[in-house]
Amino acid sequence: MPDLVWEVFRQEAEGDPLVHGGSVRAPDEELAMHYAREFYGRRQESIRLWVVPREAIVELDDPDLLQPPFDRSFKRPSGYLIKHKLEAARERAGAPAIVAGSTTPEPEDVG
Amino acid sequence: MIQTAQAEAFYAHVSTGGKVEADDWMPDDYRAAVLKFVEMHANSELMGVLPERDWILRAPTLRRKLALTSKIQDEVGHAQLLYRVAEDLGKPREQMLQDLLAGKTKFHNVFHYPTRSWGDVGIIAWLVDAAAIVSQQALRDSSYAPYARTMKKICWEESVHIMHGRDVVLTLMTGTESQRAMVQEALDRWWGPLMQMHGPPTDPAKDKDLIWQIKSKGNEQLRQEFLGIYVPRIWELGLTVPDPALAHDDATGRWQYTEPDWDELRSVVTGHGPMSQERLAFRRLHREQTQWVRDAVLGVAA
Repeated sequence: MPDLVWEVFRQEAEGDPLVHGGSVRAPDEELAMHYAREFYGRRQESIRLWVVPREAIVELDDPDLLQPPFDRSFKRPSGYLIKHKLEAARERAGAPAIVAGSTTPEPEDVG
Repeated sequence: MIQTAQAEAFYAHVSTGGKVEADDWMPDDYRAAVLKFVEMHANSELMGVLPERDWILRAPTLRRKLALTSKIQDEVGHAQLLYRVAEDLGKPREQMLQDLLAGKTKFHNVFHYPTRSWGDVGIIAWLVDAAAIVSQQALRDSSYAPYARTMKKICWEESVHIMHGRDVVLTLMTGTESQRAMVQEALDRWWGPLMQMHGPPTDPAKDKDLIWQIKSKGNEQLRQEFLGIYVPRIWELGLTVPDPALAHDDATGRWQYTEPDWDELRSVVTGHGPMSQERLAFRRLHREQTQWVRDAVLGVAA
């Protein structure tokens, strides 16, 4: 008589990330779907649910691997401060007129 | 000794705003404290539908009947969500239900009282839910993260219930004299239990639930917040709060009120309320009568 825990992920709008909603307990996939729908979709608050057996989730939360203590700023756009170098480079090149858009920052770090 | 150092690091973590997930290591006393808190909350959601359930068949219109039924479904759903959180802490759901039905565990004082009129339905959905949401909103910051996340969902649903209750009350208050009197009479009966609901003030230095940030606000702070928001909203409808001592002290910024009857609170939550035994008996009967459903559900899959 299986009695499993299923983790439920929900999506609110097309294109949104699937976000963990909570969990339900059910003996099989069919009932897990029904419970998930009742708990996480009965108010039209979701357009998609993912129902996953908890046992199928593989977790990694080792800080040595995910949050290493040494400097990783070279992996992010914000790790590069070019303002002063750009000014120096322009000056050296004879200070040409600033081209529109040339001071636009690089895409923001999404991390 | 390793255990002690680990426990000390854990207490430092939670008391400075750190979060705990279900799979994380935690000391037994923290686990027991969260379990007790969440289990009592789950019990309250489950028992709390019984006073309202009596009014489904007596609701005055089809829309009210649908809204009340929907609210009751939500509350039972909250019980399910909370038992789910609690059972991850190690106590099987079956055991929690047995303990509740045997009177070994508690549920909130307000669910031990009878409902006498449709005015009660309005007062419960508006003010009992409001008093509850004040404390539930503070639980969205709980150090036990699965509980905090569940409270976000629950608070979102409770806000609908409060609007439903306020709408019921406003409809009656804009109705006939006897309808207005019905609301006042309901408020008169519910005020005492409402003032007791958050419990007597505790010493924050000794309250483990506060120190470990399982909850983020003390009883008296929650009561003051409830009074601050809802007393003006009660007064503006022409209702009278049945406490002549109730007043806002502008100097201290606090509400003064007649000391709630803490003996009544203790008596009621230990199973001696006017409806305690009847409600538990109903739950026991209901559980027996629905056993075949659980058997079928689990049997089919076996």
